[in-house]
Order: sequence, then structure tokens, then C-alpha cells
Amino acid sequence: MNTPKAIVIGCSAGGVEALKVIVGGFSTRLQQAVLVCCHSSSETMDLLCEVLNRVSSLPVMEAQERHPVQAGTVYLAPSGYHLLVEADWHFALSIDPRVNYVRPSIDVMFYSAAEVWREKLIGVVLTGGNADGASGLQRIRSLGGTAIVQSPTSAEIPTMPQAALDTAGADHCVDLSDIAPLINRLCLA
Amino acid sequence: MDTPELENIEVALFVQALQRRYGYDFSQYAPASLKRRIQQLSEQMECKTISGLTERMLHDPPLLPRVLDGLTVPASEMFRDPAMFRSLREQVLPLLASYPQINIWQAGCAHGQEVYSLAILLEEAGLYERTQIFATDLSERALQLAEEGIYPARDAQQWSRNYQAAGGNHSLADYYSARYNLLKIDQRLRRHVTFAQHNLVADGVFCEAHLILCRNVLIYFSNPLQDRVLSVFRDSLVRNGFLCLGMRESLDYASAAASFAPFDECLRIYRLAGQPERAFA
Repeated sequence: MNTPKAIVIGCSAGGVEALKVIVGGFSTRLQQAVLVCCHSSSETMDLLCEVLNRVSSLPVMEAQERHPVQAGTVYLAPSGYHLLVEADWHFALSIDPRVNYVRPSIDVMFYSAAEVWREKLIGVVLTGGNADGASGLQRIRSLGGTAIVQSPTSAEIPTMPQAALDTAGADHCVDLSDIAPLINRLCLA
Repeated sequence: MDTPELENIEVALFVQALQRRYGYDFSQYAPASLKRRIQQLSEQMECKTISGLTERMLHDPPLLPRVLDGLTVPASEMFRDPAMFRSLREQVLPLLASYPQINIWQAGCAHGQEVYSLAILLEEAGLYERTQIFATDLSERALQLAEEGIYPARDAQQWSRNYQAAGGNHSLADYYSARYNLLKIDQRLRRHVTFAQHNLVADGVFCEAHLILCRNVLIYFSNPLQDRVLSVFRDSLVRNGFLCLGMRESLDYASAAASFAPFDECLRIYRLAGQPERAFA
């Protein structure tokens, strides 16, 4: 049994509403760490943390440099930094140049998580107006992880999920409202 | 064996080769970012594999500056994190003003954007004439670029906004001249800056400093190396001297952090608490 250890989620334009639906739909019994990279122009993630904590049964916080990745917790990539995971399950930050014009970049987080968790990782690409996450999702799949892409028709901005489908394909391409139930099923099976 | 594991072997061999051939030790760098940078360097240098990069580096010494530059230089901007620079201007500089001579160490100065930001703050506070800034970096190439102070003009708008948000009382354009697509920092700002090569991994105390800035450099270091560098900072600072780190840096796993008291925790500004610990001579 390849019970997932972690879930990585990438989103951009329209992402906050989508995240509320997904994070709000997680089972209280979820034992996985959830890492979220959400492109945003705001300087801190405080507001998004607050918004998600209101709907989430799991604690939601900004990922802290050097701190361990804990199970059953939702982490947000801090604004202005790429978020990476070390092989020993600790967070690392980087201010290396933007990737796909953004920092944090979903691809950077996906690549690093894919190497750490391999087949025990679920990657999720949601609504957004660019192609960030597509190549990272491909990496997740090639290392045995599971890819979920929000159906472009249910996305506020379909560009990002469409790019992910074109580049990486998906194990599951489902509407927004079906993503949390699917993750619960994959993780609690 | 799949690709990530092969790459990990190649990364370890690259790091060992760099150390044995040229004496630069990257073994204490945080692995995830280091691997990314090595991979990007191989791509930029059109090597098919990291082993290919290792081979070129071993046999072609003139490549070394480029390799070091690729492994070390982070992106920066002028007055990045304006709130921190505002606090320097409003809270820290007035305290430093009581010293007849002010020494500032910018550790890991990269391309110099923060060095010049600092020089502008000091100029506007009327303290620059009695200040010496030591700007150090591992990469000689970075130091050269820092010394030249030439940047893409497209950055000017963001930098001006940062400067204003940091409490700037002129226009940032007063401090540079723009030509073609480039802007060049007023060379007068360089008059109290000494650029020098210094390796935080291996080198020790560099000067006696009243203020040390080392922002977003330690994020690339493992916990033991972060701790080592903080000890060097502790031993370099005068009593009650200031240390500024990047806004998201964590000191939670460094024992040397005990020597520092938060001055503004949120902005990652610390002060050396009491007397630094020194061995009996």
C-alpha cells in the first residue's frame, strides 16, 4: 500500500476561493502534510492563513525555514521565497530567481517534494493564469506520485490546469468540488 | 537506480571535486537548493549531466569564477523589505550615531544592491562620512559587479517604490544615472565601501562591526553552518551591536542565537546581548 505522506497544491489567479473549497473539505482524520504554493501579490500570507484556518479542520500556517514538516498540517509557502523540502522532511527557503516569472514557484516546490516523497506524494494543480506547476507535476508523475488536476471547465482561470494536462497529463482530472473527497479517499484508504 | 538518486551521487562528487581541486567547501550548504543551483549551472553551461560539469570544472580552472557565481549569487533588489530599511533608518541609525566611527559589515553582498541602499540611508542620516562599510562575498565575480553598480533600468520602478516605502526623503533617481537600458549608481556612494572576498564557510572574524547585515544568505546553509556563521557574527560585533537577517530566517535551531536578543523580531533585527563569550586568553 502506497498511502500518501504528503500533498502539494499549486494555484494562482482564483486560487483563494478554490483553496477554501479544498482545504475546507479535508477530513479531520487526514494524516498527510499539505504544502500549498499560491501566487499572490500580498507581502505576507497572514490573511490567507486566517481565511483558510476559518474553514479548515487541520491547522493552517506559513511554512517556517528549517522547521520539520508535520503530518496533518497545512503549510503555505511564504511570499517572495521558493519553498523546498529537504530529504529529512524539513523546510528550506530560497530567493533564487523567479521561475515562470514567479516566486514562490509551484514547479520548484513540486520538484523538491517529488524527490522526497516519490510515490507517496499527491500533486494538485488548480486554477491559474500561467503554466507554473505543469513541469513539476510531470516530475511528480515520473517519480511515481499521483497527479490531480482541476478540470479546466470548473476553474476560474483554466490556463494553469490546461497547461498541466498538456504537459503532464493527470491520474485524476475532476471538478473543484470533487477534489477534497478524492484526496480523502486516496489518503484514508 | 532512478534519476534523482543518480543525480545525488553526481552532486556529492561535484561538491567533493570542487573542494579538493579548488578548496571551496559547499558540503554544509542546504542540499535542496544546492542541487537546484548545480543543475541550473550544468544547463547554462550546456553540460548534459552534472558529471559533465564536474569534468569541465576540474580541467578548466578559468571556469571557477563562473561556477562560484552560479552556486552563490541570489537575486536581490534595492531596499528589499522596505520595513526593515525603515527601521534601520528610524530606530537603528540614531543609536549608531553615538559612535565616533561606525563599521558595518555586509556579509554576502552579492551584486551590491543592499550595500548601496545602506549607503543612501547613511548619507541621508548624515552619518556616512564617519562610516566604513565592508562588503564581502565568496564570489569575485559578484564583487566585481557590486563594485561597478550597474543594474537593469527595468528594476528602477520597483526600487523607487521600495525606497519611498523605506522612508526615503529624496528621489531614488538622485542616486543613479540612467543610460540606455541600464542605471549606474552614483560612484560617490562607493567612497566608504570596501569590497573584499570572504568565505563564510571557512573564514573568521573580519572586522569589529557595529552593524552586520546578512540577509537571505544563511537560508542556503545547513544548521551547523548557520550556527558557525552566527558565532563569527557574535565575535565580530561590538557589545550591543546589531545583526539584520532576512525576513523569513529562523534561528530556532542555532545555539549561537542565544547570544542575540531580538530588537525587532518581526523584522529579524537582533542585538548582541551583553558581553560576547570569549575564551580566557
